[in-house]
Amino acid sequence: MDLLAFFDIAVLDGTVRLGVPLLLACLAGLYSERAGIFDIGLEGKMLIAAFLAAGVSFTTGSVWLGLIAGVMASVLLSLLHGLASITFRGNQLISGVAINFFASGITVVAAQAWFGEGGRTPSLSGAARFESIQFPGALTRIRDIAKADLPMKVYSELLSGHTIIVYLCILIVPFVWWTLYRTRFGLRLRAVGENPGAVDTAGISVYRMRYSAVIICGVLCGLAGAYLSTGLQAGFVREMTAGRGYIALAALIFAKWRPWQALGATMLFGYLQALAIRPDILERAIGIRVQTQVLDALPYVLTVIVLAGFVGKAIPPRAGGEAYVKER
Amino acid sequence: MTTPAPAIELVGISKAFGPVQANKDISIRVMPGTIHGIIGENGAGKSTLMSILYGFYKADAGEVFINGQKTEIPDSQAAIAAGIGMVFQHFKLVENFTVLENVILGVEDGFLLRPSLNKARKELKQLSEEYELHVDPDAIIEEIGVGMQQRVEILKALYRQADILILDEPTGVLTPAEADQLFRILGRLREEGKTIILITHKLREIMEITDTVSVMRRGEMTATVKTAETDPAQLAELMVGRKVLLQVDKVPAKPGNVILDVQSLNVTDAQGVHRVKDVSFNIRAGEILGIAGVAGNGQSELLEVLGGYEKGTGIITVNGQSIDLTGRHSDGQSRRKRGIAHVPEDRQREGLVMNFSAWENTAFGYHTDPRYQKNAFFMDQAAIKADTAEKMERFDVRPPNPLLAAKNFSGGNQQKIVVAREIERNPDVLLIGQPTRGVDIGAIEFIHKQIVALRDQGKAILLVSVELDEIMSLSDRIAVMFDGRIMGERLPQDTNVQELGLLMAGVQGDAA
Amino acid sequence: MQKMPNWADVVLVPVLSLVLAAIISAIVILAIGHNPIDALGIMVKGALGNSANVSYTLYYATNFIFTGLAVAVAYHARMFNIGGEGQAYIGGLGAALACLYIPWPHWTLALIGGGVAAAVFGAAWAAIPAYLQAKRGSHIVITTIMFNYMAYPLLNFLLNGPIKAGGMEPATPSFAETMHLPNLSAILGAVGISFSDRGPANFALIIALLACVFVWALIWKTKLGYETRAFGQSETAAKYAGIKPTKIIMISMLISGGLAGMMAINNVMGEAERLVLNAVEGAGFIGIAVALMGRNHPVGILIAAILFGILYQGGAELSAELRIPREMVTVIQALVILFTGALDNMVRMPIEKLFVAFGRKGAN
Repeated sequence: MDLLAFFDIAVLDGTVRLGVPLLLACLAGLYSERAGIFDIGLEGKMLIAAFLAAGVSFTTGSVWLGLIAGVMASVLLSLLHGLASITFRGNQLISGVAINFFASGITVVAAQAWFGEGGRTPSLSGAARFESIQFPGALTRIRDIAKADLPMKVYSELLSGHTIIVYLCILIVPFVWWTLYRTRFGLRLRAVGENPGAVDTAGISVYRMRYSAVIICGVLCGLAGAYLSTGLQAGFVREMTAGRGYIALAALIFAKWRPWQALGATMLFGYLQALAIRPDILERAIGIRVQTQVLDALPYVLTVIVLAGFVGKAIPPRAGGEAYVKER
Repeated sequence: MTTPAPAIELVGISKAFGPVQANKDISIRVMPGTIHGIIGENGAGKSTLMSILYGFYKADAGEVFINGQKTEIPDSQAAIAAGIGMVFQHFKLVENFTVLENVILGVEDGFLLRPSLNKARKELKQLSEEYELHVDPDAIIEEIGVGMQQRVEILKALYRQADILILDEPTGVLTPAEADQLFRILGRLREEGKTIILITHKLREIMEITDTVSVMRRGEMTATVKTAETDPAQLAELMVGRKVLLQVDKVPAKPGNVILDVQSLNVTDAQGVHRVKDVSFNIRAGEILGIAGVAGNGQSELLEVLGGYEKGTGIITVNGQSIDLTGRHSDGQSRRKRGIAHVPEDRQREGLVMNFSAWENTAFGYHTDPRYQKNAFFMDQAAIKADTAEKMERFDVRPPNPLLAAKNFSGGNQQKIVVAREIERNPDVLLIGQPTRGVDIGAIEFIHKQIVALRDQGKAILLVSVELDEIMSLSDRIAVMFDGRIMGERLPQDTNVQELGLLMAGVQGDAA
Repeated sequence: MQKMPNWADVVLVPVLSLVLAAIISAIVILAIGHNPIDALGIMVKGALGNSANVSYTLYYATNFIFTGLAVAVAYHARMFNIGGEGQAYIGGLGAALACLYIPWPHWTLALIGGGVAAAVFGAAWAAIPAYLQAKRGSHIVITTIMFNYMAYPLLNFLLNGPIKAGGMEPATPSFAETMHLPNLSAILGAVGISFSDRGPANFALIIALLACVFVWALIWKTKLGYETRAFGQSETAAKYAGIKPTKIIMISMLISGGLAGMMAINNVMGEAERLVLNAVEGAGFIGIAVALMGRNHPVGILIAAILFGILYQGGAELSAELRIPREMVTVIQALVILFTGALDNMVRMPIEKLFVAFGRKGAN
């Protein structure tokens, strides 16, 4: 038993890398669901953004153009979700399911037509990818890091060497919190998810608020997806989101729809994912071999426990999932 | 000398929903600095009229003048801009927000909340001192009482600089003490020159606080009078109308043994509101007990407990044997087995499954009846259809097609399907709520005859209706419910509409 | 009052939705540089061109019948069971365990034993979300998604450990020869019809057709089905009639999970004859599209399942001939769900308006 192994720097570093897309997607869901629009289509939006970001980055050689393209694709799917669930008052869950399948299929079909490499994009390199940013004096070679002392390890591996999106993410949670609780927009957004009638009678357009929320959701999902294919990895492969949209959804419930808690939940789930890649470290930590599949399943098990109300009650926004129909 | 322009003037407002004329050519003038009451029964069109004034509905015809200016009100924003504030019957508050947050919602001063909140805090302090509207600005809405929530709604309107305040049934959710407090506040507002429209069905409130009053009935404005020049009896008559009493031929009742006996029944709903308070009564064989009362005074919950799908405490016996009120050993099915049939108040939400065909609806609630089963596995659809066809024939349901979905029948025919289903079960007790709501004249007469015929077979019938005429012409005894209590019992031959109207309004009674 | 005639509701609206889905699909095919008409020709030929291809089409359709029925049964109780995928995985586990550890002497007994095990396992996987919905109000959609994602690691663990056959592949050993279900060629041969034996369609198709009849009878002929539909249509009315919500939610979800689990008769017992890791291949999700398109009626589901079988098998051909990936089928599936499900009002409202307008004209 070596409990300190739980804090292995490599695993913590992996937590950050893997937690960031979860966090972005989770905050995307937070905006949407806080406005009363359930979104199980996070997965699909991430996927289409991952694909288009990689495709456009490769073609243009600019990761920034790729990022914009990815975000735009994600926003388009968001608008489709809005059209179905806000304008036509359709079932938000069914719409989300449709969006996930659409993205799952169209990315492969388009990738094949575009690059002919069996549903993937070519590998990205150079300016077509978000490069790691190395802090001054940070060690880069794994061999050097292994030999370094703890502060240097933390500095070189955990703090240094991430992409710009990861560093921007440090600011995003306080920013989301601030918009949600300190601005007019946040007040109205939260209100529209709780009681759209109150918003409507106060002379604010419910449709406009909800459309804004799903668009923001699209932007954040787009960032998450673009990070996957151009930051975390170098290129798009089919189904590369691998259920992250659903884990983000689980994290959102786990966090009870609050930003700081969302950070905690996504980092916890990111940690579990990072640990799953390194079963050796887990074995060192608790002294017995644990199947990595247990770690794969853990986020979902935890979420079900939360949903069942055994760990406090997860109360979703009151008007969530229901289209607003003006009455009386 | 010029008289000031009316704060509000409505001229010839009409509004129809499909075939239903909710407002017919309505005109009112309300002078500034007065409280104007609008009184009428449920469905008289009061709320529709106010929704038009607040921009929720567009009137088919008519004009609105605010302070003498012709004003278009296409949406709530325009209403707010015109200085109109509305306190809805169901509050439009965000429950997990603070009072302050609710007040500024929609009228924030800028992108950042803090300045708006600070400004609102100051202003709220001022307003609450001015009008005795004391609330804690930092309290969360769901943690304060309804009386307090209502004050927040009033503050919201005042913060938006409303000069005209509309309150829709404001005392429906208040205790008498809270209602008195509200009236004091309204009085203060009037002193400050605000114009108030009070929509209510309670005569007492009209008499207590208003300067002028308009009476609405069936979409029309039947009278506008000065409150000082009228009295509750006259208003009650104007409200209920003196339409021709539907005469039901019936011989005097020959009551037998007590069939249904209810002792100190109490019902508290899921929200924790005490709906039925210590209600006791009994019904004998061959007797109709009519429960009169304005909707929402506990009658629905009474029916639901008797029907087996709401919990209550107390003792209820049928033929001397008690029935379970805890919901643990009973439901709608076990009630039916005990000989209690139930025509629910709302046929569209409860009595029928609107997408089911007539035959499926005829089996509804009785689908476990052995006569409707072919064998252990399958229902005998042919038998149900045949039974339905017979019932449709006997009750003259049109079109007499058992395969047609319930939603495709008219209101009267839908009701006949429900009534046929329940009455033809030959129950010991029939619970029947609003038997003729939304039903045409011909069907009303028919349904009334069926109810009386069942009584004459020696059954106990509990009739709940908001239609006083119906109560008067069918009942052998009349109990009036107000605020969850039975205010008194009368014999139809010894009472009149006016007296019942006063009891319904909680003005006087044995229990008051 | 009736806004539009019944036929418009049952036929016109769904057909128009499908036409919209088809148009968008055609645009996608155009956009990736192919002729949609040619593509359609290849798909139809690939799916129905010879009896081996038909066998594949029917094999896929069998999967979709089970998962489509599963979605439909739950839907009648207004439960959106999105967990068919996970339930089918676990059903496969049940079938595999029954076939690996019980030496059934004949395939008929294996069919019964394995089928029951598959249904019980599938139902068990649906039971917890159902219970949480009925008793604690946890949203069934979210919990069934979570259970989908728990099923995969569970199988991944078992197939890489306790029930793994030798070799590299995460899979169980093959079932004994005596348990193999007859394929379609053998069944049709018995009644004198010759049919290629190169395809995977097998006796499970018969079970699937029986399941259609079962669901039809259950929903429209029994007390339970009656109560289920009443509850799904109107919870308030169901309460009035004394129909117990918990009972309906539990039973309908158990049957739903059981049907999804029984897909294993086809893919695990009938085709692979062992349990492999990705045995379900998204059929659980396609069931959603099939049920929506089939309007939750067994006849509609049968038609929709065959249509998706054609798409699925034809899609394989499409990828072979035109190098359009099979995921094109997923795109079409998504469009079907989108138009027949989420955007239903977009199609319905204009048609209703048309009928109302024409109705008024006719009345004047």
